[in-house]
Amino acid sequence: MRSHFDEQLALLNKELISMGVLCENAIAMAAKALTEGDMITAKNVDAFDREIEQKEREIEALCLKLLLLQQPVARDLRQISSALKMITDMERIGDQAADIAEIVTMANINESDDTIHIGEMARATIKMVTESIDAFVKQDLQIARAVIDYDDVVDSLFNKVKKALVIIFGTSGADSEYALDLLMIAKHFERIGDHAVNIAEWVVFSITGNHEGGNQL
Amino acid sequence: MEKFQIENLDLYYDNFQALKQVYLNIPAKEITAFIGPSGCGKSTLLKSLNRMNDLIEGCRITGSARLDGEDIYGDMDINMLRKRVGMVFQKPNPFPMSIYDNIAFGPRTHGIKSKVKLDDIVERSLRDAAIWEEAKDRLKKSALGLSGGQQQRLCIARALAVGPEVLLMDEPTSALDPISTAKIEELASDLKKNYTIIIVTHNMQQAVRISDYTAFFLLGEVIEYDKTEKLFSMPKDKRTEDYITGRFG
Repeated sequence: MRSHFDEQLALLNKELISMGVLCENAIAMAAKALTEGDMITAKNVDAFDREIEQKEREIEALCLKLLLLQQPVARDLRQISSALKMITDMERIGDQAADIAEIVTMANINESDDTIHIGEMARATIKMVTESIDAFVKQDLQIARAVIDYDDVVDSLFNKVKKALVIIFGTSGADSEYALDLLMIAKHFERIGDHAVNIAEWVVFSITGNHEGGNQL
Repeated sequence: MEKFQIENLDLYYDNFQALKQVYLNIPAKEITAFIGPSGCGKSTLLKSLNRMNDLIEGCRITGSARLDGEDIYGDMDINMLRKRVGMVFQKPNPFPMSIYDNIAFGPRTHGIKSKVKLDDIVERSLRDAAIWEEAKDRLKKSALGLSGGQQQRLCIARALAVGPEVLLMDEPTSALDPISTAKIEELASDLKKNYTIIIVTHNMQQAVRISDYTAFFLLGEVIEYDKTEKLFSMPKDKRTEDYITGRFG
């Protein structure tokens, strides 16, 4: 009876997964550029960022079309409105990855011990982004809540990076500019974690009708 | 505050049970929508609220429906009940007489003869039903010359003329174009300041747009009754969810 609508909702899920994959790739490439000092990879992140923005426009158009044509209610309305909110955070993740890559290209950062925790941050945030989209597609509350909780891991890694950098700043003759760049990169990863939390919160809303931030239907 | 309290109401058409153990509290001065697939009992319940079903042979009702605490199937005078609880039907049904006489018909039946009083009631009712500007220069002309949308607003004005407390609307816009529909919806939202409105509609978006509370009916039962915003965003019952999202019905 509503097979066309169901097909369109399946398409929306598919598009979100592919936007999620683009985000994961952008973060992974930014991390690789950082840890391996790989300039070519760093320059390629920008292309991913543009692709993510393009995907955002396409998904946005699909959501608006579904709102207009299907006038969804209940679960359908929550799914579509959550998707509309999620893609904003996904687009920001793309921006953050591009910003990290830009710093890598400008600062000529070489592989060093200082970047170890940042590499861990990158892996943690990739996991969060992947699982937040997974939670949406499977409509799995448990996965979504696990993503929200996992942000503590990223925050604690960020604190470790900061502590390591404080030591560098305190060392005479240290390369403060280099340390500042690392701090900014770590901050971008920390923000990516926050965006993944936002995505997971919209997943919770789409399942329960309650937003962790307090909005309730 | 509740205007209608419906408790354990069963309704039979001969051996067929059309309503099963209906419990509903209809709030005063709010719009309540009844939704559900055809044959679910929503219009039957609406008609029970001003005893229109009394006219149907073989119709039997048990349980209670109280208007401001008074059982409408008890000692209440049926004419007084229908004065207090007006009804507007799916198809506009103006009487084949002038616009003025359509509106004055009810008040005259209730004994008002003074022209000054009747003039006042006619103008007030037409204004309240948002059709005064279109009708004021043709009050003596036949109501049948009005468009469908105007006729429906005239019928609402006619219902208002006897000073009801409740307006029952049975799919009042299903025969109207979108502009007329919008006018009736706007009117319903204005009227709830002074009246309790119950509307049966097949148009889900209409229920969302104008009602404060919604009751979902299925096979003679009230499956779910909640604030409209809640029912259409987070329905509790899977059958409600399936119906409003178009998975059946």
